[in-house]
Amino acid sequence: MIKRLISFCTVVFGVLSLTFLLIHLVPGDPVEVMLGESASLADRAVLRAELGLNQSVASQFGLYLSRLAHGDFGLSIHSKTPIVELINTRYPATLKLALLALLIGVGVGVPLGIYAALKAGHWQDLVVTIVSVRLSAMPAFWLGPMLMLIFAVWLGCLPVSGMDSPSSIILPALTLGFGLSAILTRMTRTSLLEVLNDDFIRTARAKGLTERQVILRHALRAALLPIITIVGLQMGSLLAGTVITETIFSWDGIGRLLVESIEKRDYPVTQACVLLVALSYVVVNVLTDLLYRLVDPRIRLGH
Amino acid sequence: MIKILAYGILLFWLLAVVLGRLFQLDPNQIDLNAILSTPSQVYWLGNDDLGRSILARLLHGVEVSLLVALSVTAVTMTVGVLIGMLAGFYGGRVDQFLMQVTDVFLAFPGILLAIAFAAVLGPGLLNLMIALSLTGWVSYARLTRGQTLSLRDRQHVLAALSLGASVPRLLGKHILPLLTSVLVVEATYSLASVMIAEASLSFLGLGIQAPNASWGAMLRDGVRYMLVAPHYVLIVGLSLMSLILAINLGGDSLRDRLDVRQEAD
Repeated sequence: MIKRLISFCTVVFGVLSLTFLLIHLVPGDPVEVMLGESASLADRAVLRAELGLNQSVASQFGLYLSRLAHGDFGLSIHSKTPIVELINTRYPATLKLALLALLIGVGVGVPLGIYAALKAGHWQDLVVTIVSVRLSAMPAFWLGPMLMLIFAVWLGCLPVSGMDSPSSIILPALTLGFGLSAILTRMTRTSLLEVLNDDFIRTARAKGLTERQVILRHALRAALLPIITIVGLQMGSLLAGTVITETIFSWDGIGRLLVESIEKRDYPVTQACVLLVALSYVVVNVLTDLLYRLVDPRIRLGH
Repeated sequence: MIKILAYGILLFWLLAVVLGRLFQLDPNQIDLNAILSTPSQVYWLGNDDLGRSILARLLHGVEVSLLVALSVTAVTMTVGVLIGMLAGFYGGRVDQFLMQVTDVFLAFPGILLAIAFAAVLGPGLLNLMIALSLTGWVSYARLTRGQTLSLRDRQHVLAALSLGASVPRLLGKHILPLLTSVLVVEATYSLASVMIAEASLSFLGLGIQAPNASWGAMLRDGVRYMLVAPHYVLIVGLSLMSLILAINLGGDSLRDRLDVRQEAD
């Protein structure tokens, strides 16, 4: 556990350093790139001081870290507002979207996986497997427009984009959750099939439990571990997927904030968004690890 | 059956690109009378928002995308394999440090890091390739490191070592050949994932810029004009689907043939 904690700290430190270095990768003078060539010398000097660019790289990094520790992400160059405020308004929207996507992923993927496992070898299993394997390879920037075309343009039953009505969240959440549900379907099917041949399942059947009890109470519980791992690992692509999905559906979250900041060359905002998404991912991974220990006594007891 | 379909689709696109070149379809020719028009006898797949032929731009886009994918894969594979072999062979501190670096890179989910690099480097073809290369070497390094670690203590490697073979010779002549099939399979998949990453970045406006065509950018334009010209987004979407499915199916059959089991790292 201590080893995990140390590796967690080094990764967080690495993520901080890499996002810090981003701004130094800007070709030429970052201040000129951000403000444009027409900016006055005074404006440039102010921004340079604000970003700490007139100091050594080491002291810049120190400044960056101490500001972050105080929850200060700096100012947005474009709107002059503190970046923390931007994040506070945008992050909940992303979280809402990601959680609903997670819910869709698990809610569709796991039952479908159970169904496929119970029908193993039949045509239903084949259809489910092929669809989930092949369509999970399709990227969000493909799935989003296709769903939009079908449900918003042709059927006209859901809003095209924006956040105006409560049903606006459905299409982006489907886009985001689809990949997860496809992968979960496969994973649930495989791990359930493995478990179903075990002795304890035969015992459960022999003592006269109904098939429903055998599957839900005994088999699924044992098959849960790999499913949790996959959910944890996939949270990463879910978070990264918000960048594309939010852009497609004009969903005002962190992902869209990131893309907007890139278009406006508002690098401090870009930096903050990248950092936030990466850190969320790292934290989710640690939580998955903890959950894993909680579910599996073998790991908890250190076997 | 599915395999034939996959190779068929790949062959179809290849043939289409060659024919497009042969008949000199111009992806940048503007026809102001045909803006966003539906498929016709002159323009088989219709026209985009500037009246350019969608077919010509699709074919041009495949070429650019393939060029990007091939060069990025070549660079990332070389760098990744080199780093992975060194880490796996030497072990110890070198290995620990290099793996910590890859851990940091892997802490950025999906294409987030590529987006960040592309953002600060600025849009454009070369910067896009740099951004994708900066992030793409990690998976090769992890894969090669694991394989090298298990191959290091093989008898033939120890024999060569005791005969006084130099490290470059050991790595190049005794370990690398055993990695070939794993790397070939990994390369097919990464070819597909680089193409998707390129299209994603271009979709966000960070990748390939006009007048060059990219399927990602076309899809974005298609979304923009979805209400007036749904055929645009549909055609690009279906083309993209066919190509990605074909590449993945092809990769699967290649994996089966070379009998490589996917390593869970």
